[in-house]
Amino acid sequence: MYWEQEIETLHRRSLEALQLKRLQQTVRLAHKNIPFYQKKFTELGTTPRDIVSLKDLQKLPFTSREDLRANYPFGMLAVPPEEVVRLHTSSGTTGKPKAIFFSKKDINQAAELIARCLIMTGTTKGDVLQNMMTYGLFTGALVMHYGAEKVGVLVIPAGPGNTQRQIALMQDFKSTTLHVTPSYALYLASVMHNEGIHPKRALSLRRAYLGSEPYSEETRNKIERFFGIDVYNSYGLSEMNGPGVAFECLEKNGMHLWEDSFILEIIDPETGVSVSDGEKGELVLTTLRREAMPILRYRTRDIVTIIPGRCRCGRTHRRISRIIGRSDDMIIIRGVNIFPQQIERILMGIKAVAQNYQIVLEAYDQMTVRVEISKDLFDGRVEHLVNLKNEITEKLRSEILVRPKVELLEPGTLPVSEGKSTRVIDKRTL
Amino acid sequence: MVKIKQISIFSENKPGRLRKITKVLAEEGVNILAINIASSDGFGVIRFIVDKSAQAFQKLKQKGFTVSLNEVLAIELVDKPGGLFEVSSILARKRINIENAYVLILGSRKKAFLIVDVQDIEKAKKLLKNENLHFFTAQKKFKRTFG
Repeated sequence: MYWEQEIETLHRRSLEALQLKRLQQTVRLAHKNIPFYQKKFTELGTTPRDIVSLKDLQKLPFTSREDLRANYPFGMLAVPPEEVVRLHTSSGTTGKPKAIFFSKKDINQAAELIARCLIMTGTTKGDVLQNMMTYGLFTGALVMHYGAEKVGVLVIPAGPGNTQRQIALMQDFKSTTLHVTPSYALYLASVMHNEGIHPKRALSLRRAYLGSEPYSEETRNKIERFFGIDVYNSYGLSEMNGPGVAFECLEKNGMHLWEDSFILEIIDPETGVSVSDGEKGELVLTTLRREAMPILRYRTRDIVTIIPGRCRCGRTHRRISRIIGRSDDMIIIRGVNIFPQQIERILMGIKAVAQNYQIVLEAYDQMTVRVEISKDLFDGRVEHLVNLKNEITEKLRSEILVRPKVELLEPGTLPVSEGKSTRVIDKRTL
Repeated sequence: MVKIKQISIFSENKPGRLRKITKVLAEEGVNILAINIASSDGFGVIRFIVDKSAQAFQKLKQKGFTVSLNEVLAIELVDKPGGLFEVSSILARKRINIENAYVLILGSRKKAFLIVDVQDIEKAKKLLKNENLHFFTAQKKFKRTFG
């Protein structure tokens, strides 16, 4: 099933021709109307006329999130302020937020991309989507909401939290589809488990879209098994509309990135140079259809690889892997590069470990991994707990090559995040 | 033989944990007969023998504690020098390994029992069946609540 079959299955050569045409338009728009880009072009000695093939992308400047912050609030606008109809912001942990503007056309196009994602994964008119993402300045919920309405899905704008109400809504309105963060899905599962609610019997769920936080294949399997559903990985970021940038199809093997709307590059985060095919690196995106706020070569900070080969679903848009890490989440301990996702993958593979964990970094590169134990597997034996602790320590050591200190915690001790996970606490002072 | 159940609770090793647990027991009207705390760096397991074990277990579970319930041996100790020696000699002879042990005293020091936590309770009970040991037997006072 396709929403826009022609564009979704467009021959690569035609797709690239379309990309070039749209890139040229975007570059002209950005150069003409955004002083920030004019200045960058001048510095690099580039003009829009230099872009004659997709290879010329490398002549264009990168855009970093610091650039977006520096130009907050209106500096990145390519249209007069009265042409924009929606503002979203993406908050950073430090300093000013980033302002993301949408024109009417931009909102429609973001919704179109979501519509493709929903149809691609079997959600259609007659389905009920319970949207558990945060409504508000964050793009996650609203962009999905508009796309789902476009398809004709009934949307329940539940937002996150209030777990008892979520369960009641799912039961009363027979929700078939969830849009949720992985950590909240896990939390929901643990609450339902404790209350003895069997999702397969009590609910009508068929699938869930998980996004906005990186998570592991083990976590996906855990959620799929518990709810008896298919989980599809969703990728997006506010700077690029929010959700709907890349999405898994029924094959569940990598996310198709909509290349008629974005140009993707994978670069080495240190050097800025493109990596060879199939190698991991930082995802860099250029918008191709946005009019209010075109962005060139945006450094997403997300580490991914391109999944090689054609997808069996017939779509020609290339697939990216799940997020392997964030280039700025990367922890450097005793000279070793570690992504928190590596730690999560190990922990989720150990049965007696519950869902929540925390990584604490302290002076002298001391790393502590705090792990909640599973209630169901506790048998009262101290030696079993000691063995578990040793098992976790050893498995982590062989994955990340650093021996962490492991702390076992009671379930429910660590905070469950509703937006982005804050799994890493860095107390090291430079 | 009356079945004696032990409640074990996982706890992080930090101030206030025991208070939190015993508050639940107090509010539930559960009487603690014996307690034992084993800790390993950073965490511990707190064990109780109580009068209403099933009720206490359910309540603790409901309150979100990480808790388990298992049967233990309760062997009477004779109140004289060598009392524990006698019991432990029998356990040694039968090659029963003690995972964890502590003492339960009833009736204002009238009777003391060694609570013995073993890997395989059924096997241990079988092995000790014909030994000269006195196990905890139902007393009027506890008849309703134990077992």
